[in-house]
Amino acid sequence: MSPPPAAAGRTGPFSGGGRQKGKDPKAQITALDGIDIEIAPGQIFGLLGPNGAGKSTTVGILTTRVRPTSGTAWISGHDVWREQIAAKRLIGVVAQRPNLDFSLTAREILTFHGAYFGLNAHDRNERANALLERFKLTDRADQLVRGFSGGMMQRMSIARAMMHNPQVLFLDEPSVGLDPQTRLLLWEIIREYNREGRTILLTTHNMEEADALCQELAIIDHGRIIARGTPRELKASIPGGYLLRLRFGSHSAELMGRLGALVGVTEVRADGNSGADVYASRGGALIPEIVSAAAGVGVELSDVHISEPSLENLFLHHTGRSLRE
Amino acid sequence: MNWKAFFALLGRDAHVARRNMVQLMLQTFLQPLLFVFIFGRVMVGSGYLPMAYKSLLLPGIMAMSMVFTGIWAVAMPLISEFQFTREIEDRLLAPIDIAWVAIEKVVAGLIQALVAGLMVIPLAWLILRPGLELHIADPLLFVAITLLVAGFSACGGLALGCSVDQQHIGLMFSMVMTPMIFFGCTYYPWSALSKFPILAKVVLINPLVYASEGLRATLVPQFPHLWLPAILGALVFFDLLLLFLGLRQFRNKAVN
Repeated sequence: MSPPPAAAGRTGPFSGGGRQKGKDPKAQITALDGIDIEIAPGQIFGLLGPNGAGKSTTVGILTTRVRPTSGTAWISGHDVWREQIAAKRLIGVVAQRPNLDFSLTAREILTFHGAYFGLNAHDRNERANALLERFKLTDRADQLVRGFSGGMMQRMSIARAMMHNPQVLFLDEPSVGLDPQTRLLLWEIIREYNREGRTILLTTHNMEEADALCQELAIIDHGRIIARGTPRELKASIPGGYLLRLRFGSHSAELMGRLGALVGVTEVRADGNSGADVYASRGGALIPEIVSAAAGVGVELSDVHISEPSLENLFLHHTGRSLRE
Repeated sequence: MNWKAFFALLGRDAHVARRNMVQLMLQTFLQPLLFVFIFGRVMVGSGYLPMAYKSLLLPGIMAMSMVFTGIWAVAMPLISEFQFTREIEDRLLAPIDIAWVAIEKVVAGLIQALVAGLMVIPLAWLILRPGLELHIADPLLFVAITLLVAGFSACGGLALGCSVDQQHIGLMFSMVMTPMIFFGCTYYPWSALSKFPILAKVVLINPLVYASEGLRATLVPQFPHLWLPAILGALVFFDLLLLFLGLRQFRNKAVN
């Protein structure tokens, strides 16, 4: 079977949950509640949400590892549950917790994984060497992974998922526990893999990562998708998404009133001294108007700091809670 | 059926078994050989047990080694791979039906149980001769019984490995394995229980009884043993039952 040139992940509205072990056999935890997403081929798609939002369950359902209580998931036209083998050929999965084969060396993990997917011995060795090199693991290639550090195990897991060159790569919280340098290496590798036309779905609760890496995002909370779009679109969707921290030569109540009347400003918070926080739908474009408003009351603008709309603000806006809570 | 993936999975297990060869050998052979030495050599040599006990003991020891090895080889890795390391996940994502991942484990365990059983015979012979009298009258029957015994031990390993939590491994050995061995007609033939009619009936639920008696029937037919068709029927029944239960448990464990 030759895989299609590009693969799309698609799910019908599905719900998923785990049966809770305990006295009441009917007790269920609903982890997902009617998720419906379609991911175009060749995208880096991010599922952003706090811990326990349902990200891993979504990945589990899309990768044959969790049976949805209702609904269907498709990978490139294959029903994930009914056509498991066809679906499994198209996907590579990096689980949230490292699950490397502790009885094998780094190189053997890659070559056996390749063998499961039918690669011949020559291709297996060649690809394993290339991946070990790319993930900077060549010098540890022939050691048992048992003794690897957390970051090395994570790199190994990602290398293994790429070993059979899957059309769709699932990464569940790929950069948790990685040092900043390795995280940048990982981002570079993910972008590179995407440029080869592969689809990537990653989950994260790190806004910086979602912003830097993903072409499209879905924000998930309590098992529901609460917003979806490009990082830019999502950020632009927050009213007053920009925050301008201003400092003036002196305090003026009249100036605060004038700032509040400017087009696009949603809220002005004076700090009681000579500063003010202005929430607005525009950023730098507001500065000339602020300067002239200040000049109008005889006050000079001495310092400006503009922070762009962030996913943190977005999450806060949609849920009333911070991502980090 | 994706045989390539199946043989790659089997290749992985063979590779790991080769790497742990010394440990595996000690684990498999130390205990049975100590039993053989103490009961077959010391006790018989000092006159507490008759010479014929040597031949009676060997099939029981062979059954015990096979069953222990098969259960251990399948259950122990499964328990840790499902719980502690989660390393089974990579194999569950291989392009093969997950039932075959379980069947591969059973085949690997079956092979190990066969090796254990077949190697115990020459090793025990070295310790026990002279006085050991083995008569394999029907080689086909010997092969069939040995395969069925290896099969039920590996299937039993699958069923246990997917039902027991990591923290209960010790309990599994003291509550399941130990009574199974002592009530498994390993050190005595089933006919020796004729003075204990209730016990003689109760032990018939123990699959190890049919393993010991079956091997006795094919290796030392000069001793009394259970009716052969009943032995074969019971072994086939336990093979299928444990395979069915094991596969069901495996599926439950593998998919959330």
